[in-house]
Amino acid sequence: MKHIAPADTGDEEGERLLIRRIKNGTVIDHIDGGEALNVIKILGIAGTTTETLSIATNVPSKNMGKKDIVKISNRELSKEEVDRIALITPRATINIIRNFRVCEKQGVEIPTLIVGSVRCPNPGCITRTNEPIKSRFAVLPEGKGLRCTYCDSVITKDLTSYII
Amino acid sequence: MSFESAMARLGGSSISVSSVEACSMAKGETLADTIRVVSGYADAIVIRHPKEGAARLAAEFATVPVINAGDGAGQHPSQTLLDLYTIRQSMPIDGIDVALVGDLRYGRTAHSLASALSLYGVRLHTISPPGLELPPSLAEGLMEKGMEIINHTDIGEVINDVDVLYVTRIQRERFPDSTSYFNVASSYRITPELLAGAKKHLVVLHPLPRVDEIDPRLDASPHARYFEQSKNGVPVRMAMLLDVMG
Repeated sequence: MKHIAPADTGDEEGERLLIRRIKNGTVIDHIDGGEALNVIKILGIAGTTTETLSIATNVPSKNMGKKDIVKISNRELSKEEVDRIALITPRATINIIRNFRVCEKQGVEIPTLIVGSVRCPNPGCITRTNEPIKSRFAVLPEGKGLRCTYCDSVITKDLTSYII
Repeated sequence: MSFESAMARLGGSSISVSSVEACSMAKGETLADTIRVVSGYADAIVIRHPKEGAARLAAEFATVPVINAGDGAGQHPSQTLLDLYTIRQSMPIDGIDVALVGDLRYGRTAHSLASALSLYGVRLHTISPPGLELPPSLAEGLMEKGMEIINHTDIGEVINDVDVLYVTRIQRERFPDSTSYFNVASSYRITPELLAGAKKHLVVLHPLPRVDEIDPRLDASPHARYFEQSKNGVPVRMAMLLDVMG
């Protein structure tokens, strides 16, 4: 049977003009407009990277008004990796692409624990030293923020400024 | 020192490392490694450390029980147990009014005590200099648990209504200059005159050491229980050590 799913997520004409299809990898779609750079930062693929990244920001979207899209070639992100971005863009969807086909598609879920990707705001916290540990935050219910599981400091706003 | 006394009275011995210079951390060893090494030398570790969360880190790397004896401006749970014990010697804890006075932002004893008191339906009164209030995240968490917290600007507003007055040290380094410190410290000083209209059974506690917070003339008052509180640290810590190693 011939698979006729559209290539990755380029379901709107403007997107296809902006970003090329990828053969294999991950497409993160429906990112809130302007949050793409924070998304790649929280995924730990910002800065020096060997990944081939395509980023479109503030693309017109019927449902969202504006949205961002991130495409990562030749790397399939696990759900655990991607769920972290739910903190800053909870409507995002994850598409795993194999040979130009969308093989898996799912939304993101806010995890209960964030490990290694957020810096504790408390300069006196043990995680801000050279100890061989990663920062670890419990996600508080009802969007009340993140609580450091070492020093109990709570981040209630400007989460992106604490992304490592 | 009270943990050492407790261990000795239990018939055990203790190895004390009172400064970074006295251990391999002076050579750059991480706390995690130090804890792993010390786990091989002792049956339990009691840790006091300047960084918040240090005891939790220690518990992750230790292979023996770890007791938090104070982590930076974080928590001081062993002090809280003896605080509760001292209050309980005078009255049932449920439903009483407790006033916390002093540096409630950086005072780890206040943090742990406030958390523990939230389990007893206690009404909490806080009196602290501007900028040294109870951390908002802690206060909000306690109120979510149903604790009533009332903030006051003056001890006089509440002194006649509380059952326990818990006084903590206001540290000089929190103020830009000595004059600011003395102005603030003097307005939080507990004197016999201040307690003239207090409840007969009021107990005044302090985790010690005190500096200027409590007038020495109060020491002879039946309200003053801070030295007994300090003494209680030994049996309470004996119980803790027995609990984790017994």
